[in-house]
Amino acid sequence: MAGLTIANVTKTFGDYDAVKDVSLDVRDGEFLAVLGPSGCGKTTLLRLVAGFEKISSGQIRIGSDVVSDASGSVPPEKRRVGIVFQNYALWPHMTVAENVGYSLKVAKVDKAVARQRVADALSLVNLDGLADRRPANLSGGQRQRVALARCLVAAPSLVLFDEPLANLDVHLRASMEDEFAAFHKRTGTTIVYITHDQAEAMALADRIAVMDHGRLAQLAAPRDLYREPANEMVASFIAQGIVLPARVLSAEQEGHVRVEVLGHEVVVRCRPGELPRADAKICIRSPDLEIAGKGEAGFDATVTRAIYKGGAVRVELSPTLQPDLHLHVERQEPGSFEPGSQIRLKIMSGWLIPNGKPA
Amino acid sequence: MTARVKESRGQEMALTAAVAVVIVLLSLLPMLRLLKEVVAPGGVVSDTAIRLGLSSSATWVATWHTLVVGVFGTLLAVVLGTFVALLVTLTDIRGRGVLVLCYVMPLMIAPQVTALAWLQLFGPASPFLKLLGLAPPLGTRNPLYSTEGIILLLGVQYGPLVFLLVRAGLRKLPRELVEAARAGGAGWFTVLRTVVLPLMTPSIMAAAALAFVSCVGNFGIPAFLGIPANYLVLPTLIYQKLAGGGPAVLGETAFLSVLIGVIAMAGIVTQEIMSRRRDYRISSTSLSAEPYELGRWRVPVEAGIWLLIILILVLPLFGLVLTSLVPGYGIALSSATATLDNYRFVLFEHAGSRRAFFNSFALSIAAAVFAVLVAVPVGYLIAWGKQRWIRLVNLLIELPYALPGVVLAIAALLMFLRPIPFTGIQLYNTVWIILYAYLARFLVLALRPTVSGYHQIDRALEEAAQVAGAGLFTRLRTIVFPLVAPAAIAGGLLIFMTALSELTVSALLWSSGSETIGVVMFSFEQGGDSNYAAAMSAITVAITFVLMLVTNLLAPYLPSGVLPWRD
Repeated sequence: MAGLTIANVTKTFGDYDAVKDVSLDVRDGEFLAVLGPSGCGKTTLLRLVAGFEKISSGQIRIGSDVVSDASGSVPPEKRRVGIVFQNYALWPHMTVAENVGYSLKVAKVDKAVARQRVADALSLVNLDGLADRRPANLSGGQRQRVALARCLVAAPSLVLFDEPLANLDVHLRASMEDEFAAFHKRTGTTIVYITHDQAEAMALADRIAVMDHGRLAQLAAPRDLYREPANEMVASFIAQGIVLPARVLSAEQEGHVRVEVLGHEVVVRCRPGELPRADAKICIRSPDLEIAGKGEAGFDATVTRAIYKGGAVRVELSPTLQPDLHLHVERQEPGSFEPGSQIRLKIMSGWLIPNGKPA
Repeated sequence: MTARVKESRGQEMALTAAVAVVIVLLSLLPMLRLLKEVVAPGGVVSDTAIRLGLSSSATWVATWHTLVVGVFGTLLAVVLGTFVALLVTLTDIRGRGVLVLCYVMPLMIAPQVTALAWLQLFGPASPFLKLLGLAPPLGTRNPLYSTEGIILLLGVQYGPLVFLLVRAGLRKLPRELVEAARAGGAGWFTVLRTVVLPLMTPSIMAAAALAFVSCVGNFGIPAFLGIPANYLVLPTLIYQKLAGGGPAVLGETAFLSVLIGVIAMAGIVTQEIMSRRRDYRISSTSLSAEPYELGRWRVPVEAGIWLLIILILVLPLFGLVLTSLVPGYGIALSSATATLDNYRFVLFEHAGSRRAFFNSFALSIAAAVFAVLVAVPVGYLIAWGKQRWIRLVNLLIELPYALPGVVLAIAALLMFLRPIPFTGIQLYNTVWIILYAYLARFLVLALRPTVSGYHQIDRALEEAAQVAGAGLFTRLRTIVFPLVAPAAIAGGLLIFMTALSELTVSALLWSSGSETIGVVMFSFEQGGDSNYAAAMSAITVAITFVLMLVTNLLAPYLPSGVLPWRD
């Protein structure tokens, strides 16, 4: 087991930067999710760590070993990383046991020892008794477990997951999530988990690295990512945050500032040291929006659409003052939200998006 | 309402019926006629033909020879083709496009031309060896007149066939399967041995079966290399029997040709059985693996593969051209002796070869045009039709091409030896019997690209025309044909190239006045006029090469894989 250090790594394909000056540190035993929309460079990052692609500049270290830098690249077979692929990548011409024991066979481990380790790995993922099956005769979840056992058996220093749940149906996804969490707990392996699914990342990871256009947008614990997004991209990407223009009216005091947003004054959370400024942005979540009572401070908005979501209604609105902005709230009670109707809203809380460099 | 239903039904039925007639005439009928000759010669069921055939020692010797050159030729082709496919597909070798073009080229050259070219390279009269001062004394036996020679040339000729199939298989290999093995600690050669080659087994087996059928049915190479050494395989045995005995021995040759068909089928069945033994199905689709970096081996490997190209393509063709420039047998080539007289002779002076050029061009064009016109509606039924029996149609059209050419030639002879019933039209001893055989044999070459063309077209385009009120024939003419035309025409060009210097079928069907290029080339060589044969070969190779380049212009409009030489 080992940590992973990615230092100023850039990967260029032709004149396109797939990964741009990314630095991050994964601690020994940590579960790190790399999250981002498709095309953000997260899969390229994984392939760089695995050694399937060569970096253009920067450095990658696994534990204390430099595996990629400007001078060269350790080939994948010498990196001792395990990978769980999205499509499982099980070899169809081998049995489950042969698949799992492949790396032991390659390393010329004694046959009896290898057999024992394969059996152990299979029972760890609850696949006892399936050793002689062929991958074609397994269900999706079972295949995923074989893939897990296969990367486990070699005792890798690092396990990479490449969107492992993307091919599974919703029910299986939840149970495999539990399985991964248990797997991490049992083995204590360092895990880098690539996904585009926020819920998955939030549920599993110790920390999440959000990527955008090849850059690292923010690296933080799930809660911090949600509560204190470092920039507009993260704010709007995570949990469909609403980003609104605001003017900071006061200096930071005990982690809060007063801002003016949509013509009404609100107190929001912020980083230490914030000073009054114009052209600020705040991030609010739909639970932060409430319907204002008669005479209360707030702003008017027009309902543009109401979507029934089963038990709740998602109401989309735009503020009368700035109709080009889009807001949405979730309402439990069966109110009538006809498109075109007027509602008065107030902002209960929010987060002042910091200015300048991403954290 | 009924009238309108009737009209649209009528067009569909007419199309189906027309297709059925074509298939019965070109595939079912000749095969049945051949079987009848073997099982019930003269209309009475008896085993005389079979017993007679089996009791002849010549049959057994030729069968043994056929199996020997078939098996070892296939082995060589599989080793060569797989090796080149692995290098070209999985490594970072440079110049891939040119490499593929050059390596596949022998497949586009007629086998007898390959044979002639190699013979000119190694024989005692070889202008090439004379240039180097290495030629053995005149009268020395050409080392290629041997079993090993035949096996070598079969391997060279059909290596590209294996290459194409294995390469197609390798391209479908998902990169994750390779990467998972590498992440598991396997180096490149281990990955090759434990993952890539096992997964390629179905492709390699299919390629081997195809190569085996081609080797067993090949006429040109054993005719040029084996007949002088009196080493007969089944196709050359049939040829010699017919050349010596005429129609009287047709029954005997019918048995022999069925025997070839059985051997070829046995190859295919073996492949079927062997590839069922394990599960090689690759379920996922993905990008193909990153090319393996050869590093400091890159230049040596590239040098090695180009050396191979020089050996199997450049040198033989070079030898062929040199021979075509020499005024007579055994004369050394120099600036003083070099002459274009051989070209002048075959193109303008020799009546037979002049006729042959005309005949072969006419036959190839007719076969190509016919095939394109038939492939469009047949492809329509196969690709878009819903009828169950369509698969059978496809199989029936594949059959005359899949079976060795000798089989079809004998079947055609049997069918047309006597005038066609009721009409009194006589095809035997005319050029028309060759045309019939070409149509039957090569139709599938246009059909395959057409069907893959159909699979790439959005059916909605046709349905839109249907909604607009166009009947089936109008749709075929105005919408469907323009859309699949590039693929069908590319298929037609493939047919033209293949038919132009075809020998196997025409060697058995030609008559005075209906010679083909292949036949005249063969008789020149047999008469010792290698220079004339070389000149004719050089002309056909040049035409083929130019046509390949012309066909390349169609490439942007074609489904991938239609042009074998294009990467």
